Amino acid sequence: MGWFEPKAEKPKIPPTKALWAVCPKCKSHFSKEEWKKSGGICPKCNYHGRLSARERIAQVADEGTFEEVFREVSYSDHLKFHDATGDYKTKVEATIAKLGERESVVMGRCEISGHKAMLGVMDFAFMGGSLGTGTGERIARACEQAIAERRPLVVFSASGGARMHEGILSLMQMAKTSAAIGRLKDAGLPYISVLTDPTTGGVSASYAMLGDINITEPRALIGFAGRRVIENTIRQKLPADFQSAEYLEKHGFIDRIVERRDMKPFIAKMLTYWGF
Amino acid sequence: MAQGQKKAAKKTAWECVKLARDAKRPHVRDFIAGVCSDFEELHGDRLVNDDRAMVAGFGTIDGMHVLVLGHNKGATVEENVESNFGMVNPDGYRKAMRLAKLAERFHNPVVTFVDTPGAYPGREAEERGQAEAIAKSLEFFAGLRTPIVVVVTGEGGSGGALAIAVGDRVLMMENAVYSVISPEGCAGILWRDGAKAPEAAEALKITAHDLQGLGAIDEIVKEPAGGAQKNPKAACAAVKKAVVKALRELVKVPVDELVERRYAKIRAYGDFY
Repeated sequence: MGWFEPKAEKPKIPPTKALWAVCPKCKSHFSKEEWKKSGGICPKCNYHGRLSARERIAQVADEGTFEEVFREVSYSDHLKFHDATGDYKTKVEATIAKLGERESVVMGRCEISGHKAMLGVMDFAFMGGSLGTGTGERIARACEQAIAERRPLVVFSASGGARMHEGILSLMQMAKTSAAIGRLKDAGLPYISVLTDPTTGGVSASYAMLGDINITEPRALIGFAGRRVIENTIRQKLPADFQSAEYLEKHGFIDRIVERRDMKPFIAKMLTYWGF
Repeated sequence: MAQGQKKAAKKTAWECVKLARDAKRPHVRDFIAGVCSDFEELHGDRLVNDDRAMVAGFGTIDGMHVLVLGHNKGATVEENVESNFGMVNPDGYRKAMRLAKLAERFHNPVVTFVDTPGAYPGREAEERGQAEAIAKSLEFFAGLRTPIVVVVTGEGGSGGALAIAVGDRVLMMENAVYSVISPEGCAGILWRDGAKAPEAAEALKITAHDLQGLGAIDEIVKEPAGGAQKNPKAACAAVKKAVVKALRELVKVPVDELVERRYAKIRAYGDFY
C-alpha cells in the first residue's frame, strides 16, 4: 500500500566535479555523459566548450594527414623569471611534463578535406594559452614554411594573452607573428584565423585578429582588455554579451560564427573559393 | 673612487617607473617642440573621430621632412582627461596608419614618441576593435616602406605602446620603462598583491638597461642627472641628437634592404636564430 508509506528520502547529492558538468556560460548542469555526447557543446545555450589542441586537430585535419612540425621549439627564460610562487622554468617544465606539449601552440602540415594547409592550434591548458617566445617562433616558422610550400595557414587561437614570465620578449612576439603573417599575405596566400574561447590580450592584438577572415564559435569570449578592468575604468556595467562572438559579429569584427560541426567544411569551402 | 667623483648608483626598476610616470617629465609636445624645427598636426581617422591620445603630423627634423607620431598624455588636467592620459583608442592607431601610408608614398621617415600606460580599456574601444587596430598596426608598420625611428620616452605600456614601436631603430630614454604588463598588473596576478609592484618591476626587467641586454631596444639615450624632468631642454637635445643620427643612417639604406633588415630584426626577438 503505497500512498501513506513515508517516501524514502533520496539523499541530496551535491553537484560534485565527479558527477556533473557545468556549462561555464549558462551554469546549467548536465551529466558527464551528456556533456561528452554533445562534444563539449552546451545543450542549453550552445556554448562551445574548450578543446585541447590534439582534440581540435582530430576534428579539423583529415585522418592520418597531420604531421607535427617545430616540436623542438620550446620556451626561453632569458629573464630568469621568478615570482612569489617560484621559478618560471620549474612551472613551465612541469606543464610540459604534464601535458606532453612543449608550447602553447601545436603546428603541423595537414589536409583539410583534401586541401593542403599549415595548421596551428593553441592549447589553453598550456599556461593559459599564453604567447611566449616559443609560441611566437612556431607561428613565425609556420608562416615561412607555408610560403615555401604554398600552403594556406589556419590558426585556432585560445589565449589569456602574452606570457608575462618572458617579459618584453613575449610582447615582441606580437610584432614578430604579425610581421610574418604580413609576409604570408604578400606572398598571395590565405590566412584563416579561428578565434576560440577565450581569445584575449596580446594574442587578440596580434595574429588572431589578422586573418583574411576572422571566424569563431558561438558564445566565445573574444576581447582585448578584461571585463573587470574595463568596468573599473569606465565605472559602468557592461552588457552581458559584451566581448562575446555574437557581440563582435554585430560590431563588425567577426566574419562568421561557425558551429563546431560546420567548422571543417566551412574552412574547406573558403579555401576552395580562393583557389587553394 | 677619485675625489669629487660620484659613482651613480644603478636605479631600481621601481625608481625608473616613478621617473617615467612623473607628470613633470617632458611629453610628446615637448619633444616635438624640442626636436622639430616645424610641425603641422593632422587629425582624424576618417572613420569615426579624432583620438586626442595620439598626436600625428608632418614636420622637419634637422632638415629632413618626417611624419611624427606619439602618445599624448597631455600637459594639463583638462588635456589628461581629453586624451585619456595617453591611452589610445582604435581610432588613434588608425589615424597613425592613415598618415604613415602618406609618409610611405612621399618617402618621409616616421619618428614615433612612445609614452603610454597602455591602450585604452574602454567599451567603445572594444566595440571599435581595439585588438584589431593594434594587430593591424603591427602588421602595417612591420612592412612600411620608409624608415621608422622609435623613441620610448616614458612608459612603454604593452601592446598599446608596441603598436607604434615597430621600427628600424628603437631608442629608449635612460629612465623610461617598457613592459608587457604594468608592474601593478603583474603583481596582482603573480604575487596576488598589487603592492608587490616594485618586486614585479624588477622581475619583469623593464628598464632601458635590461631591455638592451635582452635585445629588445637598440640604443639608450642618456638623461640629465635626476631625469629628463630636471632639464627638459637638455633631454630633448639628447633625443634630437640620437634621432638625427639614426635618421641619417637609415635614409641611406635602399628601401627593399631596409624592410628586409627590419623583418630580420623583428624575427630575431627571443633569440631563436
